[in-house]
Amino acid sequence: MAVFRTTLKAAALLAGLLSAGPALAAGPTVPLPDVRFSFDGIFGTYDRAAAQRGFQVYKETCAACHAMRQLSYRNLREIGLSEAEVRAIAATVMVMDGPNDEGQMFERPARPSDRFRSPFPNEQAARAANNGAYPPDLSVITKAREGGARYIYALLTGYTDPPEGVELMEGMYYNAYFPGHQIAMAPPLNEGQIEFHDGTQATVEQMARDLTTFLAWAAEPELEQRKRMGVRVLIFLTILGGLTYAVKRRVWSDLH
Amino acid sequence: MATGPHTSEFKNPVVRWIDARLPVFTLMQKEYGTFPTPRNFNYFWNFGALAMVTLVIMIATGIFLSMHYTPHVHYAFDSVERIMRDVNYGWLLRYVHMNGASMFFIVVFIHIWRGLYYGSYKAPRELLWMLGVVIFLLMMATAFMGYVLPWGQMSFWGATVITNLFSAIPLIGPDIVVWLWGGFSVDNPTLNRFFSLHYLLPFVIVGVVFLHIAALHVTGSNNPLGIDPKGPQDTIPFHPYYTIKDSVGLVVYFMVFAVLVFFMPNYLGHPDNYIPANPLVTPPHIVPEWYFLPFYAILRAVPDKLGGVVLMFASIGVLFVLPWLDTSPVRSMRFRPVARIFLLLWTVSFFVLMWVGAKPAEGIYITIARLATAYYFLYFLVILPLLGRLERPLPLPESIALPVLRGGGPLPAGAMSKPMEKA
Repeated sequence: MAVFRTTLKAAALLAGLLSAGPALAAGPTVPLPDVRFSFDGIFGTYDRAAAQRGFQVYKETCAACHAMRQLSYRNLREIGLSEAEVRAIAATVMVMDGPNDEGQMFERPARPSDRFRSPFPNEQAARAANNGAYPPDLSVITKAREGGARYIYALLTGYTDPPEGVELMEGMYYNAYFPGHQIAMAPPLNEGQIEFHDGTQATVEQMARDLTTFLAWAAEPELEQRKRMGVRVLIFLTILGGLTYAVKRRVWSDLH
Repeated sequence: MATGPHTSEFKNPVVRWIDARLPVFTLMQKEYGTFPTPRNFNYFWNFGALAMVTLVIMIATGIFLSMHYTPHVHYAFDSVERIMRDVNYGWLLRYVHMNGASMFFIVVFIHIWRGLYYGSYKAPRELLWMLGVVIFLLMMATAFMGYVLPWGQMSFWGATVITNLFSAIPLIGPDIVVWLWGGFSVDNPTLNRFFSLHYLLPFVIVGVVFLHIAALHVTGSNNPLGIDPKGPQDTIPFHPYYTIKDSVGLVVYFMVFAVLVFFMPNYLGHPDNYIPANPLVTPPHIVPEWYFLPFYAILRAVPDKLGGVVLMFASIGVLFVLPWLDTSPVRSMRFRPVARIFLLLWTVSFFVLMWVGAKPAEGIYITIARLATAYYFLYFLVILPLLGRLERPLPLPESIALPVLRGGGPLPAGAMSKPMEKA
């Protein structure tokens, strides 16, 4: 069947084009650990409890240096926090507002509609406080790194002693997964440093997994809606395709 | 000269009233209803319609995105993130638009390849083909400027690298670059003008697409056999036969599109573009979008900057003169057993260039890029002109209707032989 041959040819072409994707960047040379997350796959969703624990890790550890300026406190409703909890979390942070009627800027407790407060006013201040290194904004970090969430998890758990013969620069740490292996960030997660509200044991792996889930949600808050819609769209198109093909056969039947 | 209202044959009084004064309904009926079309199209002939649909999708999503986008170096990145988070279905609009660009290029690459395989560029369709190449160039310019708008790291550095190419022009090059930038580096004026042009060029594309289709409807379509329809038994009306056949292809196309948008929306993009642009930090590898990689590989294959730029533009420019480089009177590669192999090799060289374009320009990759570049041009400039004289094509069928009615299989050798000269 000529039709099948040509369809196959077209499919092969398409496959070739798509496979050019992963070739786009010379990614990390070390293979990433094979971790699975609740948000993998076409039916994936965010584990709400993990994301909430991840937020606690961010708030108590990462937020000292890393901003997440694309997020507002109100967004936390999406990972299952109540209105009252969000209000309480926001109220613990002071943000700058103004000018008021006298033309003065003033500080006030944050509201759910406020963006996450950044730890530093600008990049220069962040670098000055961090030995010249710039702690990146974490709002879309899982989309901004080759390997995505898997890479973030690997980085968080990838701190080891430098191998024999590797000389670290002043103030740098060895990380198996960081490009070049020398990272300015001190190991951020240490066994038992967090007391989780739900009583979960704070192992490094647990904290890394929870934090990664939180960061993945922060980067792609639309993921669940997107995948659900995708499944429905594909089911619809499959049925429509079958019907269209049947009509096509019918229309063409008087020609063959 | 005919004056007075057009005699309309439509029954509906409103339609007839309009049609008598402005015969748009008659035009549509003639060009898309009864339009005589070769009866033997295969599914490769879907891709013109698919490209048209994609253009409409890109313009529609683009107009809504621009309602929420801010073309300023301080706000562009954040405004895109705001679209993703706070605009209702903004993520859908953006992911459709972003992946739509990739889908557009996939479709157009296949559409162009079909033209190469079935000789759609040959007389009398030379101008039709050249208008297509103009559309392709406009698409590339539009896509490049669109990629700059989110103002991520690849946006900024891609814009810097590509605009800097013009500095290779002798004497006036550096001045041209300053003129393009609207300043002394890629900065806010550059972003502003790219946004303006990114909005303008698609409508220019619409205009050239109109000419492309107008030219098509003068010469009529080519077909997989590459022979002209000999009479009414060789053609069928466009509607309903090809409207329904295009619809089948369209649904399949939407399924591929949907998989990209809903399940792997960032697969074809580069992670660095989710890092806000920073003129002080250069990414380790600056890579263009995948659809530019073959041309980027050609650019880098030449050790001399000006030579690379010239060769890169020549790789598209050569398509303009292709109708005169291919000297064979036989259109379809089905009947050109030797040329077919060389074209498949050319296709391989295109994919090799795409692959090597994403690799660092060092070591073995440079050699591979040079070999593939050499073959890319060799095919057009040497092989095709010579083959027209040296190759002995297979006998062409008598008419389109004959093999189609026999079931469309390969022809028995010599069964309907006809002297080649008459094609």
